[in-house]
Amino acid sequence: MEEIQFTINGTSRKINVHGDRALLWVLRTDLGLTGTKYGCGEGLCGACTVLVDDTAVRSCQTAVREIRGKEVVTIEGLAVSGKLHPVQKAFMEHDALQCGYCTPGMILQATAFLRRNSEPSTADIIDAMEDNLCRCGAHNRIVHAIQTAAREMKGGN
Amino acid sequence: MKPDHAFHEPVPGFQVTRREFLKLTGSSLLVFFTVGQLPFSPQDAEGKPLPTDFNAFLKIGLDGRVSCFTGKIEMGQGVITSLAQMLADELDVSLDSVDMVMGDTDLCPWDMGTFGSRTTRFFGPPLRAAAVEARAVLLELASERLHVPVRKLNVENGEVFEKTQPLNRVAYARLTQGKRIERHLSRPVKVKDPSEFKIMNRPELRRDAFEKVTGKAGYAGDIHLPGMLYASILRPPAHGARLLSADVSEAERIEEVRVVRDGDLIAVLHDHPDVAEAALPKIKAEFEQPKSDLSDKTIFDHLLKVAPAGSVLESGGNLQAGEREAKLRFDATYLNSYVAHAPIEPHTATVRVEGNRATVWPSSQTPFRAKEEAAQALGIPVENVRVISPFVGGGFGGKTRNLQVGEAARLARLTGRPVQVAWSRKEEFFYDSFRPAAVVKIRSGGTEHGAIRFWDYHVYFAGDGGAAQFYRIPNHRTVSYGRGWGGTPGSHPFATGAWRAPANNTNTFARESQIDIMAAQAKMDPLVFRLRNLADERMKRVLKAAAEKFGWKKSPVPSGRGRGIACGTNSGTYVATIAEVEVEKRSGAISVKRVVCAQDMGLSINPEGAAIQVEGCITMGMGYALTEEIHFHGGKVLDLNFDPYEIPRFSWLPRIETVILENPDVPPQGGGEPAIITMGAVLANAVFDACGARLFQLPMTPEGVKKALEAAEDIKLT
Repeated sequence: MEEIQFTINGTSRKINVHGDRALLWVLRTDLGLTGTKYGCGEGLCGACTVLVDDTAVRSCQTAVREIRGKEVVTIEGLAVSGKLHPVQKAFMEHDALQCGYCTPGMILQATAFLRRNSEPSTADIIDAMEDNLCRCGAHNRIVHAIQTAAREMKGGN
Repeated sequence: MKPDHAFHEPVPGFQVTRREFLKLTGSSLLVFFTVGQLPFSPQDAEGKPLPTDFNAFLKIGLDGRVSCFTGKIEMGQGVITSLAQMLADELDVSLDSVDMVMGDTDLCPWDMGTFGSRTTRFFGPPLRAAAVEARAVLLELASERLHVPVRKLNVENGEVFEKTQPLNRVAYARLTQGKRIERHLSRPVKVKDPSEFKIMNRPELRRDAFEKVTGKAGYAGDIHLPGMLYASILRPPAHGARLLSADVSEAERIEEVRVVRDGDLIAVLHDHPDVAEAALPKIKAEFEQPKSDLSDKTIFDHLLKVAPAGSVLESGGNLQAGEREAKLRFDATYLNSYVAHAPIEPHTATVRVEGNRATVWPSSQTPFRAKEEAAQALGIPVENVRVISPFVGGGFGGKTRNLQVGEAARLARLTGRPVQVAWSRKEEFFYDSFRPAAVVKIRSGGTEHGAIRFWDYHVYFAGDGGAAQFYRIPNHRTVSYGRGWGGTPGSHPFATGAWRAPANNTNTFARESQIDIMAAQAKMDPLVFRLRNLADERMKRVLKAAAEKFGWKKSPVPSGRGRGIACGTNSGTYVATIAEVEVEKRSGAISVKRVVCAQDMGLSINPEGAAIQVEGCITMGMGYALTEEIHFHGGKVLDLNFDPYEIPRFSWLPRIETVILENPDVPPQGGGEPAIITMGAVLANAVFDACGARLFQLPMTPEGVKKALEAAEDIKLT
């Protein structure tokens, strides 16, 4: 067991855990943040994607000791004081989801991407989202949602 | 759904509180009236009668919010929106005021399960009838309260008012006081005519999107109960393998890990799922390997060998006479591999046992079946089990089987603690009930002028759905061998089951490929050929609609343009699809550029939702058409994650255009499955049009394309 300090959704936390445990399970079971999903356990589907220091990472492939001192944002922490993030809003407006299970990972993957590329082409978006899997087939709507969010984020939101 | 909905109670899990439960079921009664019956046949083809009392379907709360009770679950297909639209429109309340209560076996009417595009078709009519009867009763109550005859009243947004004096009004909520409505009608009331719709047949965004984009939506694995243990279960290396011995001593020595053994069920449990998972390999188990040598290479010969006698699904005319009249003939065999459901959420269940009662939160398309399965596993009466359905993270037919529920129930009993069983991705692939591998043999023929004269169709192990052809063919026969899913004893090496549009994907691939081949033989445009051989006006209409949207230009095939067409019916819906592909000859890679799909589904409750389902079908259909295939050998499943087993990705996506045809006079038909049936054939036909390579096996792998290209070398593009 080791003490690990990090910031989770804007709040500083200290937890005592085995440092090699996967961040995914620490989030889901120790911290009760169940919006982050298990999909494949091998970093192949992206359902477990979270932000670590603004970068999208696969929490099933991230040991919790790797986040020491870092800032973690999960889907629960994306909306700020009740205001949805433009990506969340755009997913709703475009009906860019069906079963919703891959949605948190999709949104966080897209959010990290848009923070680095504020004027993405469709090809850029597809490239960024390629390794996030959706079985229901919401792909085209997700691309459109990300385009909409990009426009809104560029507008200063 | 609103925060007061049963899914959104605070921990523990998604349980409805006692007070909420009383509120929802209206255990305290106030108003008493006569008892009537809903004006529809209670036998709705679902296997058990639905309740005749409309209170079983809806409840008006003191606050004016309306709960809608359905045994159906929400797995992405969108009935959380469309059922609410039906209820709101017939009851004349706002859509926003409806809260869906889904798949809770204590609160909702019995239901066979959410599959087969049945919700709108079979649950929709009784729900609408319940709402319209409730509305009529509420009008009577309002009439008595306001001292105004019913004919002088109107309803809007749950408030009844006098037409000439709108201020003279009373809300539904005041009439019912949050209680059950104990009055019924002796006369049937007609549901609304489409011309009267205010909410149905209008596009609505998903009502569960807010929960789903904020991480608030609860799935079976998100439930955490005090004292709950997560289980990892020892699995055999292959189907048919038998456990010989297991040494659990090393696993038992791990701190706080519990090891449980009950016959062949051996599990390690811990407060954290990852710790349980890490402990599992410490069990030293020996298995006797199965003797089967069957593999994905030998399966088709095997199936033909073990096929039982066929049953004739339909026949007409005289095949021999037809053969004599047919100058152009073609015999072909079509093959289809095992395909996985692969929802992103694996099978999961959380079970709490208290004395001889149990509560189950499963990821299941069949909550009422899960209730029986849990009762059986626990040896308690069925009525002592309550199943509460969270959101389901994709089903596609795969979550009609609930093995994980029995496992979690047994482990909960054995440990005396609530237990969650959440399958790993490997377990999900291993225990999936795959779409059955299948063979279709067709002999057919026609005249040089493109009139089909005979059709002799034999399908093995796919099932009957979509097998019977619908063209105007004078001499024909359709024979089906072996059951669709589950197969016959000794046929499949593992479980098979219903996969989105069961049987129909295989049958439509075979039929529409064969039709295309016949068009090519007759040197006719494949659309013209189909129209010429069709009598069914609805099928012609969807074909023409798709062609118009696409901008179809007539040409014999192969034209080199890479355009394919296919059509079919499923769940009462007519569908026609046109696709445009590019084939890279050197690698054999197929890329899909554009797909246009026209669908006549009768009255569409939510055209937006219908379009989304079509898009989902097209996307998922590209998977079984192009890459998806379970490799196996001797009972071992070789594809156990998304690296060998490739499902569609963003870069695959074509431009998708959907046409939902207006046909409000036909009652609503299925929407979750129809469009997927055409994807095998439409892409196979487009590939043929692109390069002259005819593929007879799905998936159409690059190797398959290259082989077909070699075979087609002498085919000249027109």
